[in-house]
Amino acid sequence: MYPYLYDRATGIPDAVHATAGARTTPTAAPAQFIAGGTQLVDLMKLGVIAPERLVDINGLTMTAIAVGPDGLRLGALVRMAELERHPDVRRDYPVLAETMALAASQQIRAMASLAGNTLQRTRCEYFRDTAWSECNKRTPGSGCAAIGGVTRKMAVLGTSDQCIATYPGDFAQALVALGAVVHTTTRTLPFEQLHGGADRPHIETVLEADELITGFVVPAGPWTKRSTYVKVRDRQSYAYGLATAAVALHVEGGIVRDARIGLGGVAYKPWRAHEAEAALHGKKLDEDSAIAAARAAFAGAKPHGENAFKIDLGQRTLVRALLQANRMEG
Amino acid sequence: MADTILRFGNAAPQSDPNPAFGDAASRVEGRLKVTGAAQYASDLFGAGTAHAYLHTSPIARGRITNIDETAARRVTGVLDIMTYKAVGDRVKPGALPGDKGFMGSTIAPLMSDQVWHSGQIVAVIVADTFEAAREASFRLKITYDAQPPTATFGSAGAESANAIPADKQDELAPSIGDAAAALAQAPVTIDAEYETPTQHHNAIELFTTAVAWRGDELTIWEPSQNMWGFRFGVAEQLGLDPANVRVISPFVGGAFGSRGSLTQRTALVALAARRVGRPVRLETTREQGFNIATYRAETRHRVRLGATPDGKLQALVHDGFEVTSRPDAYKVAGTDASTRLYACPNISSSVRITHADRNTPGFMRAPAEVPYLFALESAMDELAVKLDMDPVELRRVNDTMVEPVQKLPYTSRSLMACYEQAADAFGWAKRTKQPGSMRDGDWLVGWGCATAFYPTNIGAATARVRLNPDGTVRVQTAAHEIGTGVMTVLALMAGTALGVPIDRVHVDLGDSDLPPAPVSGGSNSTASLCTVVDKACRDIGDRIVRAAVAAKDGPFADRDPATLRFENGSLRGEGDASETLTQAMRRAAPGAIEAYAENMPDGVPPTALADLYQGHTTMTGGTKLKNRVEFAFGAQFVEIRVNTLTRELRAPRVVGAYSSGRIVNVKAAKSQYMGGQIWGISSALLEATEIDPRKARYMNQDLGEYYIPVNADITDVTTILVPEKDHEVNPLGIKGIGELGGVGLNAAVANAVYHATGVRVRKLPIRLENLLSANV
Repeated sequence: MYPYLYDRATGIPDAVHATAGARTTPTAAPAQFIAGGTQLVDLMKLGVIAPERLVDINGLTMTAIAVGPDGLRLGALVRMAELERHPDVRRDYPVLAETMALAASQQIRAMASLAGNTLQRTRCEYFRDTAWSECNKRTPGSGCAAIGGVTRKMAVLGTSDQCIATYPGDFAQALVALGAVVHTTTRTLPFEQLHGGADRPHIETVLEADELITGFVVPAGPWTKRSTYVKVRDRQSYAYGLATAAVALHVEGGIVRDARIGLGGVAYKPWRAHEAEAALHGKKLDEDSAIAAARAAFAGAKPHGENAFKIDLGQRTLVRALLQANRMEG
Repeated sequence: MADTILRFGNAAPQSDPNPAFGDAASRVEGRLKVTGAAQYASDLFGAGTAHAYLHTSPIARGRITNIDETAARRVTGVLDIMTYKAVGDRVKPGALPGDKGFMGSTIAPLMSDQVWHSGQIVAVIVADTFEAAREASFRLKITYDAQPPTATFGSAGAESANAIPADKQDELAPSIGDAAAALAQAPVTIDAEYETPTQHHNAIELFTTAVAWRGDELTIWEPSQNMWGFRFGVAEQLGLDPANVRVISPFVGGAFGSRGSLTQRTALVALAARRVGRPVRLETTREQGFNIATYRAETRHRVRLGATPDGKLQALVHDGFEVTSRPDAYKVAGTDASTRLYACPNISSSVRITHADRNTPGFMRAPAEVPYLFALESAMDELAVKLDMDPVELRRVNDTMVEPVQKLPYTSRSLMACYEQAADAFGWAKRTKQPGSMRDGDWLVGWGCATAFYPTNIGAATARVRLNPDGTVRVQTAAHEIGTGVMTVLALMAGTALGVPIDRVHVDLGDSDLPPAPVSGGSNSTASLCTVVDKACRDIGDRIVRAAVAAKDGPFADRDPATLRFENGSLRGEGDASETLTQAMRRAAPGAIEAYAENMPDGVPPTALADLYQGHTTMTGGTKLKNRVEFAFGAQFVEIRVNTLTRELRAPRVVGAYSSGRIVNVKAAKSQYMGGQIWGISSALLEATEIDPRKARYMNQDLGEYYIPVNADITDVTTILVPEKDHEVNPLGIKGIGELGGVGLNAAVANAVYHATGVRVRKLPIRLENLLSANV
C-alpha cells in the first residue's frame, strides 16, 4: 500500500472539483471517491489500485430513501443495512431488501453505500493478486490469466477473450431487473447502461473520473411486490453467489404479463435476461415455461473449464426464483 | 443450538481416584478473553519497536536475478532491507521434527537466490512504522528467472518416493497376512480412490513475531505450541546458547498444529532486530500466512476392501499418496491409523509422497486421521451399500478388542457404545435405506455415519507447584493455552489434589523460562500435564500429611496418613477431624511449600526426560507400546440436505458420541468435541485451498474466499460424552480429546450425501456441482 492524501468533501461541487481533470477511467484515476471504503481500501492494500488522493463523500446528504407513487428513490449514500431493513421497501420491493440481506456481512452492510455497492469490482483472483501480470482489467492489453486457470467462480455470460471475470454484486441484479435509473452529477441513464462490456475490461462503467452517482430511481410497477432474489452459494452467509437470480413478475389470471429478470454470479456484468423475459411473456408460469425461459437465458453461455456447471446451475437457480416469485402475493 | 451432555455425578468423590467425569468448569481465563484484557504475544511490544514486513515471491521456482532497492530505500523511515545477500548462512535451515529438529520447513528462504515455492519470503523490510515497511515492500523491485513449477500430483517434474523409511515400515505402513490373495478370493470387494485437498489452519491470530535483544539474550514473543522447542530451534538456527533464548506466548489465538513447529520467519526477525539494534515486530498478512507456515497436505488414496457376505473384513489395502515440498520428506502417513481400526486378517498399506514446488506441509488437527479415515470410512460405507447392510451393523460386525496388526489388546474401546448412544440420539432407526428416499419439501435428506478414532498419547513433562501460605496455589509449566482450556484443566487438577477451589489456583503457561512441557500436539497435553501436576501436588500433600500425623498436639496425631484428604480448603480425617489447609501447611513449612515434579510415562524411551530439557517431545501410546494399544473412539452422525433443484448442501444436524477415558473438565471437553464436529463439516463441505498449477500459487488466500462455516451454516450440534474408565493408559485414566471430534466427519458427510442423492463423491470438499447430475 502506498501513502495517499485524504480529503473530506463538503458538498457535491467540492467533491467533483477534487476529482476533476483526470484523463483516465475512474478506477485508474489519481483521485477517487471513497464512501464505505469496504472494497477500495482492500484493493489498495493488495496493490491493485493506488490512488494518490481519496475524496471522502460520506458527509454529503445523498442519504434518503423515499417510496412514492412513481417509484422508489434511493440516495447514493444510503447504507446497505438501511435499505435492508426499510419497511416500505420490504413490502413493496422485496427483491431489493433480499439482495441486501443476502449480501456480504452485517458489518460490511453497515458501512457500504448503495452506489459503491453497484460499482464493486470483480473478485477474480487473477485481478486481485498482482503476482499475475496478465489482467486486462488491471493492465489493458496484458492478457487474461483466468482463461485456462482456476475458473470455478468465473462468468459464463457476457465474457470475451479479454476477460471472463464475474460481476460479484447482488443489488445490481435487482436494479437491472427492475429497470432502475441512475442519477449522476451530470446525467441520468438506465442502470442497464452503467456497466461496460468484456470487450474493454479496464473500462468498467461509463462514468467519468469526476462524475458522482447521486442516487437511483426504481420505477413503480405491478411487478415489484411479486419479486424475489435467490442466491445459491457454498455457505449461507458472507459468500458471493455461484448463481443468483432476481425476479419480478406481473401475473394476471395466471398469465405472465411482465417478467423482469436479473442474473448474477454467472455474468460479466449485472445481467438482464431479456430473452428469458420474452419467453415468459403471455405464458402461464409453470415448471415447463420456467425451464424454457432459463434455457433462453443461457443460450449464449460459454463455459471455461470447471465453471461449466454454472450453465446448468444458473438455469436451475432461475427456475427456482421464478417458481418462488410466482407463489408470492402480487 | 441444541446440545446434550450425559453426565454422571458432579465433582469426583475422593474415593474414586479415576472418575469418568470431572467438573464442568468455565475457563479460568474466560473473563480476560471476552473483555479483551488477555494479552497475546502479538500485543506485547514496547515503545521503540521497529516493524518488519515480508516481501514474498510471485514465482514458485527459479532464481532471483536482480534486486533494486533504490525506491524502497527512499521511503521515509526504512531502516533495513534484508535479502539473501545479507543473510546467507547466518541463519541455519534447521531440521524437521522427524529429523530431530524443530522446523516446519527446512526451506531457508534467505539462504540463497533460490526460490522454492510461491509466496516464499525473499526480503524482510524493517522500518519505523508498519506502513513504511509495507510501502517499501511495494517499491522493492526484484526480478526473477522463473522456471515452470511442479504444483501437485501429475504435474510435470513431480518426483514420487516411498514415504516410509525401512525401519518404520511395521509401524507406519503395516502389513499382515496376504492381502492380495484374500482380496482376490473375497466374495464382496470395494476398490475406490479418494482425494482430499490442501487445507490451511487459518487461526484468527496471524503469524506474528516480536523480538528484543539485550546483549546476547534474545526474547521472542510469538504464538507457539512448543515453547522449549522454539527456544532450542531458534538457538540452533542462529548459533546461540539456548540458555540465552526465551520464548513468551501467554495466550494463543488458535494454533491447530500450525504453531507446533518453527517457521523460518522467527530467526529472520531476530537477525533483523540485531541488525537495526532495536526490538522488531512482524505481523504477517493473512495471505502471507498461507505460504510461510505449514498446511494440511493434499492426499489421494486407493482403498481396497474384501469381505464375506455377512460383512466380515477379509482384506484391507490402503495406499496413500501425498504432496510435499521439493526438499522435505514430510509425510502424513495415516495408514498407521487406518489399518488399526477393524478386525481383519489380511492387511497391507503403503504411503508415497510426491515432491513438488510447494512450501512444506505439516501438522493440522488430527493430521493423519482426518484424510486417511475419509478414505477408509467412505469405503466402509460403500461396502455396506454393496452388502445391503446397515453401516452401523457393518462396524459392529468388524468390531474387535484386539488390534488387528500387532494382535495386542486395546486398553479400552467403547466404539459400539458410542455408536449406540449417537444413533439413538440421532434417530438412526428411522432411516430408510434407499438413496434419495428421504425428503422434506424442496430438500433431499441423507443420513450418514462414520467412525472417529485417535491414538492416546502421553509425553514426559515437568511442572512446579507452589502452595502459598495464604492457601493459594501456583502451577507453572511451559505448556500453552491454545484455546483448548489446558489452563483450566490444570487448575482443576491442582485444586482437586489439594482441596482448593479453582479460583484460588493460578496457572502460569506460555514461557520457556518455566519447567519444560511437551509440544501441544497429538492430543497429549491433558494426560501429560495433569499427571505431572498431580504428582507435584501429591508431593506437597504428602509433606503436609506427614507433618499432620506427626504433630502430637494436632487433630490428626498418629492417624494413618492414607485416611487424610484435602477438601474445600481443609485437611480432613475420619470423623470430625479437620483443620484449615493454611493451618495444616504451617506444620510442614514456615512459608510456602513448593514441589518440582518430572514425569516419565510408562513406555517412553529412557532419554525422554533428558530430551525434553533439549526441547524435544517424545510421546508414547497409540501403537508404540509393546504390550497394548491405546486409542480413543467416537461415532459421527450427520444429516445432509440437498436442494432438489439447485443442489446446494446444508448440514443442519450433527450428532457425535465420544469415549476418551477420564474427562477432567466436561464443559471444555464438550466444547472441544463440538469444535471438532463443526470443523468436520467445514472440512467436508467448504475448506480447500485452490492452487493454479501454472504458477503453483494459491488462489484463495483470504477468509473471504477460503471458506469456513458461518453461524448460519451450523444449526444443531449434539455432543455426547460416553463414560469410559481406562486404568491402563496412565494412572489418571486420561486419554486425549483434542483431535478426536473432527475425525471421521468427512466420511460421515460424504456417506450422508450418498444417502441423500445416490451420488458417491470421493473428492473433498463436496460441492453442489458434484450433485447436479444426481438422478433424484
